[in-house]
Amino acid sequence: MIKIENLKKSFGELEVLKDMNVEVKPQEVVCVIGPSGSGKSTFLRCINRLEEPTGGSIYIEGNDITDPGNNINEMRKNLGMVFQQFNLFPHMTVLQNITTAPKRLNGKSQTEADKLGKQLLDKVGLADKADVYPDNLSGGQKQRAAIARALAMEPSIMLFDEPTSALDPEMVGDVLEVMKSLAKEGMTMIIVTHEMGFAREVADRVIFMDGGYIVEEGNPQDLFDNPQEKRTQDFLSKVL
Amino acid sequence: MITNTATNHIKEETVIESLQIMIDALPVLLQGMWLTVLITVISLAIALVIGLVLGIFSITQNKILRGISTLYVDAIRGTPILVQILFIYFGLPAATDLSLNAFTAGIIAISINAGAYLVEIFRAGINSIDKGQMEAGRTLGFSYSETMRLIILPQAVKRMIPAIVNQFIVSIKDTSILSVIGIAELTMSGQSIYANNFRAFEILFMVGVLYFIIVYSLTLFARWLERRLDVA
Repeated sequence: MIKIENLKKSFGELEVLKDMNVEVKPQEVVCVIGPSGSGKSTFLRCINRLEEPTGGSIYIEGNDITDPGNNINEMRKNLGMVFQQFNLFPHMTVLQNITTAPKRLNGKSQTEADKLGKQLLDKVGLADKADVYPDNLSGGQKQRAAIARALAMEPSIMLFDEPTSALDPEMVGDVLEVMKSLAKEGMTMIIVTHEMGFAREVADRVIFMDGGYIVEEGNPQDLFDNPQEKRTQDFLSKVL
Repeated sequence: MITNTATNHIKEETVIESLQIMIDALPVLLQGMWLTVLITVISLAIALVIGLVLGIFSITQNKILRGISTLYVDAIRGTPILVQILFIYFGLPAATDLSLNAFTAGIIAISINAGAYLVEIFRAGINSIDKGQMEAGRTLGFSYSETMRLIILPQAVKRMIPAIVNQFIVSIKDTSILSVIGIAELTMSGQSIYANNFRAFEILFMVGVLYFIIVYSLTLFARWLERRLDVA
């Protein structure tokens, strides 16, 4: 589904990603963990080209997203993204936040888009917030609305960039619940996270990154309970 | 006692006479005011387009477009508007075949001048929107220009309204300088009246009142607009 080969990214002199190779199968949930500055967010942002890779290829269902010949806007419709800072559109109601893209980009009528939007709001537990502006939502509600907005384009892959890091602790659970139910439904997901408990429970595979490399990867039980690499052990001993 | 009454009487007569002079001048002044409003509306519409387009130029990655924008803004902000007006009306025809009537030259001058300041207002307004908004729009599949139009500009314009209105007010008043190239706008109309009747006080007072009415109407409109947008 996703095949990343020799991905490199530098910001000027600073080499943030050094030769990343990752493959993600359909319906797989991959969690990326690692210390801050390890390049995990940059890695995620390269997958939909929010960051322009310096080298390598990223195949999404067979098409290389780094190929300038491919229509980036079309390819991004298939890659939902959820940000740490939510990035909801403050000048639109929650429902408008969700319906604008499917209406304009997927040719949905107002009625169809509204129906889809309400279904999605129901799914993330915000059915009563359709006509509210984002400023009047709590952090957890904002993030769930943002997930609904990304789902409205009916992507086959969802990318999460530290979705719970900006939330008050009591808000984290609701957002993780929504993500869990998505995983159960078979959504392909790549999640950059600091929630080790969540990663252990939901991930099919965990990738530990440090210094722009994949240091170690494996199923969550192996990686959390029996890490092979020294750096993984150090990191886990600090966060677990 | 008697002299006092007499003075009062004379004062009263002077006031009535002054009012009469102001009323007599009104038809000509209103014509001038109409021209001032016309020039302002056309010029500011053009200036808004210049401001938006070059404002977006100034934030693109393209060095040439950014350079054009910077050069334009620096050149216009760095020179007096009077020189710009004279240059377009007298300077250009002297060097080229291009000859403009005063009205067209005046509109070009005010548009170009206000445009330069609006470029800076648009640039700052667009930059004030968190870059996460552009990223969120782009990841949904919107193109750069769709994201600009649907997501960035609606938020930015709301923030820019006070600055835009401020520039509009400055430009309305700048049109009075167009009297130097013989456009019969409000100031010029006033000048032509008191050149004949020598009543500069009354006429210029009226000219001031009429400018105030234009500017204050715009101010009231802007307040109403801001309140309306605040609901959203």
